[in-house]
Amino acid sequence: MATLKVGLVSPEREVWSGEAKMVVAQTIEGQLGIMPGHAPVLGVLLDGSVVKIEPADGGEWITAAVGSGFFSIADDEVSVLAEQAELGSEVVVSDARQDLDEALKAGDADSTAERRARARLRAAGAEA
Amino acid sequence: MAQLRQLRQRIRSVSSTAKITRAQEMIATSRIVKAQQAVAASKPYADQITQALTALVSHHVGIDHPLLNEQPEDKRTAVLIVTSDRGFCGGYNANVIREAESLIKALREQGREPIPYVIGNKGLTWYRFRDREMAESWTGFSDRPTFASAEQIGRRLAADFLKTDAEGGVGEIHVVYTEFISMLSQEVQVRRLMPLEVTEREAEANAAVLPSYDFEPSAEAALDLLLPNYIESRIFHMLLQSAASEHAARRRAMKSATDNANELIGVYTRQMNQVRQAAITQEISEIVGGADALADSGGE
Repeated sequence: MATLKVGLVSPEREVWSGEAKMVVAQTIEGQLGIMPGHAPVLGVLLDGSVVKIEPADGGEWITAAVGSGFFSIADDEVSVLAEQAELGSEVVVSDARQDLDEALKAGDADSTAERRARARLRAAGAEA
Repeated sequence: MAQLRQLRQRIRSVSSTAKITRAQEMIATSRIVKAQQAVAASKPYADQITQALTALVSHHVGIDHPLLNEQPEDKRTAVLIVTSDRGFCGGYNANVIREAESLIKALREQGREPIPYVIGNKGLTWYRFRDREMAESWTGFSDRPTFASAEQIGRRLAADFLKTDAEGGVGEIHVVYTEFISMLSQEVQVRRLMPLEVTEREAEANAAVLPSYDFEPSAEAALDLLLPNYIESRIFHMLLQSAASEHAARRRAMKSATDNANELIGVYTRQMNQVRQAAITQEISEIVGGADALADSGGE
């Protein structure tokens, strides 16, 4: 079966790259599942959302919290570019929770900081 | 004998200076490697964003976005000057500032009104000392820039670009930074950052055809996001290049300082040996003279 070549990059480093069966990203309008053979799309990521990748080698799903960014799909190549990107396994849950508390304390509901903190918690597999 | 003591003291002080410069040199050497790795790590993002922007622009002829428009009525021009926070790096900052000053002069001759935006403590001190007007300054990250700082700078510049002269905005943005070419050569570069020049290159015969993308949610939304990100990524690239150059310049300056110190120690050591030898010779001749005089007087 064909696989997707996935690159998840932030300006400072390549966060993850490899072959995948499926990628799920969230745009402003909703979730988008990408499988091999998808039509070329250039989409805007929802700031503070989670990108999920199912690796081709059958390993566990990889989750990553992303900030402002976009993704492009062309010829079974998926590039996710985000100004902030962090793998779920790298998230320090206590830090993320603290950020969330601060964002909530700051008052404005549904702020970017709050969404980002929640995304990091979700990516890490913790209760958000 | 006083001279001997002085020379010893001087050797001591020069060798402690040499130790410091040698340490600085080694720190700079290791940081160049890190800075180069940072440049390499930022490349995939920069390439991808350029590709996406190219795809977007080439499929939408007559694309219109405020960040792309020329603003001939705005005479104020931002000059972003990338200097270092710390000294000890030879002519690095002097070169950047000289280039920036000649750019400012050239812009003035074109009837524009250049305004410096300064990055790095050294540039800031230079402009502050001369009481020049500065729109903004950023310090504290010149040797290890993070994307967050590039983002901050990019946001401010983009915001100023969208304002008119009367509101304190600018009509053009130029950047003066140092490109890292190799360990031995770094070159000061002057680039126009905004308005962006989107050149629609003729597709070469065998160049890969860019796929015709669908846009989610829309091309305008994608452009709204891509353009600022692209600008920030450009600034980040310039900051990283400048940081690598700064370390390379510092390494070179510190290496020549260490070499000079070692040479000086050699000179002083020779002088000291000469003085010591002269003192011994004098002492011997005094003893011999004294003994002769005694022998002469004893013989009578």
